Amino acid sequence: MNAFRKFTVATAFGAVATFALPAHAARTDLTLGMVLEPPHLDATAGAPAAIREVTYANIYQGLTRLDIDGKMQPALAESWTISDDGKVYTFKLHSGVKFHDGTDFDANDVKFTLDRDRGADSTNSQKQLFAHITDVEVVDPLTVRITLDQPVGNFLNDMARGEAVIVAPESADTNKETPIGTGPFKFDHWAKGSEITLVRNPDYWGTPAQLDKAVFRIIPDAAAAVPALLSGDVQAFANMPAGDALPQIEADPRFKVVIGATEGETILAINNGKPPFDNLKVRQAISYALNRKDIIDGASSGLGVPIGSHFSPADPGYVDLTGMYPFDPEKAKELLKEAGYPDGFKATLKLPPPPYARQGGEIIAAELRNIGIDVEIIPVEWADWVANVFKQKDYDMTIISHVEPNDIGIYARDDYYFDYHNPKFNAVMAELDKTTDQAKRLELLGQAQRILADDAVNGFLFELPKVGVWDAKLQGMWPNWPIFANDLSEVYWED
Amino acid sequence: MTRYVLRRLAIGILTLVFASAVVFFVMEILPGDPARLMLGLNATEDAISALRQQMGLDQPVFVRYLAWIGGLLVGDFGRSYTYSVPVLELVTERAAVSLPLAFLSLILLTVIAIPVGLFAAARRGRAADAIVMGLSQMGVAIPNFWFALLLVYFFAVWLRWVPSGGFPGWQSGLWPGVKALIMPAVALALPQAAILARVTRGALIDVLGEDYIRTARAKGLPRNQVLWRHALRNALIPVLTILGLQFAFLIAGTIIIENVFYLPGLGRLIFQAITQRDLIVVESVVMLLVASVILVNLVVDLSYAIVDPRLRGAR
Repeated sequence: MNAFRKFTVATAFGAVATFALPAHAARTDLTLGMVLEPPHLDATAGAPAAIREVTYANIYQGLTRLDIDGKMQPALAESWTISDDGKVYTFKLHSGVKFHDGTDFDANDVKFTLDRDRGADSTNSQKQLFAHITDVEVVDPLTVRITLDQPVGNFLNDMARGEAVIVAPESADTNKETPIGTGPFKFDHWAKGSEITLVRNPDYWGTPAQLDKAVFRIIPDAAAAVPALLSGDVQAFANMPAGDALPQIEADPRFKVVIGATEGETILAINNGKPPFDNLKVRQAISYALNRKDIIDGASSGLGVPIGSHFSPADPGYVDLTGMYPFDPEKAKELLKEAGYPDGFKATLKLPPPPYARQGGEIIAAELRNIGIDVEIIPVEWADWVANVFKQKDYDMTIISHVEPNDIGIYARDDYYFDYHNPKFNAVMAELDKTTDQAKRLELLGQAQRILADDAVNGFLFELPKVGVWDAKLQGMWPNWPIFANDLSEVYWED
Repeated sequence: MTRYVLRRLAIGILTLVFASAVVFFVMEILPGDPARLMLGLNATEDAISALRQQMGLDQPVFVRYLAWIGGLLVGDFGRSYTYSVPVLELVTERAAVSLPLAFLSLILLTVIAIPVGLFAAARRGRAADAIVMGLSQMGVAIPNFWFALLLVYFFAVWLRWVPSGGFPGWQSGLWPGVKALIMPAVALALPQAAILARVTRGALIDVLGEDYIRTARAKGLPRNQVLWRHALRNALIPVLTILGLQFAFLIAGTIIIENVFYLPGLGRLIFQAITQRDLIVVESVVMLLVASVILVNLVVDLSYAIVDPRLRGAR
């Protein structure tokens, strides 16, 4: 299969080069390939990243937004003031903004949206983003005042998230099928299982988009992604399942390959509450047993930056702790002996379906066997993983990528599946939550990363890469994924 | 004949009832909560319970089973948990791809397999037979997704005659729709045709050894006429049996081909629904598939009677 694919890809490349398309005068349409189809298009209800990969910044907008560099910028709010105690945010909204159905956008929509997100019936997958809001007040149609129960250091960034976009009371209930937002693109149609089409919003309040049509095409199979790109049917993959074909695509001048960062910390999660993993020495032994380079080569085709704690190297405040537990099997065996397991022990490793887990799991199991831990691999389905590993903590070890941005706080959650409890860490998190001073925040984030590494809570492996592949003439695509988004507002074709 | 049909229908209905219970309770036993899957790892517990309530999952199992069966009886298939649209709408959209694809493949495979089987049987033991059977052995052995990829690289990437995959929808016209289904149909049909050709050849060779064939030849009928009129008709029963099984496979067993050509068919719908624990979609689609397999089997059984007059009065 692989040999065949290499052969055909190589042949196809040779052949296609002679069939080059005539130069097109700045086209204005784009077809993007994506692996998973969104279940629906309401960005405020549902975790699947695909929802926001289609809608964020294209259809829906928030008070603030993240730009191509991952920096927070104003969006529907043109400016804001923050009270001295950091608890009251007063946003001044843009005037003349309309939703795609023609209704006006104003402060009442902001109040409606935020009240809905934090209310009892909320099904927002990031409900905790709104947990500190105690009141949303419409001061006048273009001014909204948000009161918090404590200062929230990350509040403006939180409001830039894809789950915090502003929707209208007239259309909120039907957004799953026909999303209505304020963005530069309007929803056109959705051929279920096949593709979602957006068109330019002619009445957009800001700088209009340069593309007049964007199609998100669902290509679930990695083997189909390569021919779709080569045939020109699809001109861009924000994150391509290219596999072995990536070197060939990189060698082709028609395409640009941009390896970027995501917020996906890929970890060997350990059940800290279950013996023998409650023993720090055992967890440290596991950390010493892991060879990150081999794991990245095997699990992610060599792409992905090694990490030493639960934090993205792309984010400000990152501390490189990968040197803390270098690959040292002898040291690992020694620690196991000190912990009282000179002959090792038996353990299970549950692997969910993503390739990084299944392929990385084989390597990690071999590395752990090497220090005497008799690892049994148990492949599990995704739903099974969520129900048993995540919810019931029924596991010893598992491999998973935590893809939410700024999610180091999960280690402070009481009932989380790591079963990790460290009051010192929780105190740092509580402090961070209400700190607004940027320098102080970065310092606290550094402390938090160190505590996790000291405690060897999990085996920290690597940051999941974003394998961006697109036509060399296409400009303005995001290189990184600070959040899951394909902001097409500034994407255009070069002549 | 009427009694026979009625009996088959009654058995079919019993099978449906039994299948509904099996599929419903198997899906219940499987670990996984659709609400938790929808809201992901960072969701708060109260958001999950709010969604469970909206989905109706807070009701007891038997209440939900009866509500579902009650709905099916009046043609209400329920609402998808993940897509939040009526299941019937989802299924109709997907069947509009899967059924034409299945029929197209069925026609292709019949048109290829039966003449090839006849040709090989007529030249049994000779070089032509060996070559044809060797090729069909390859056809049986080649995985259809591999063959599909070969087609994609040749016709879509190199020649650029057809799109590499996808389905434009019937609203964009008959020809674009058919064009998108040609390669998948060929990829599905050829391996199946190889199987059917071998069955046809085998059945024909058995029949060709019968006395009445010798009699037909002895009374001076040409070879071809003996083959088409006497031998083929008598060899059709095993061929029809296999064809029926193949058609059932072509309706729902085509997930791999649907993935390679990224077609929005029933196979992919059911696969997605299982991974996302969209219970109601899985249950309803499986019921439709069970019903269509029962129907295909019934048609096959009835066609035996058309092919073989001896079976008409007997049962």
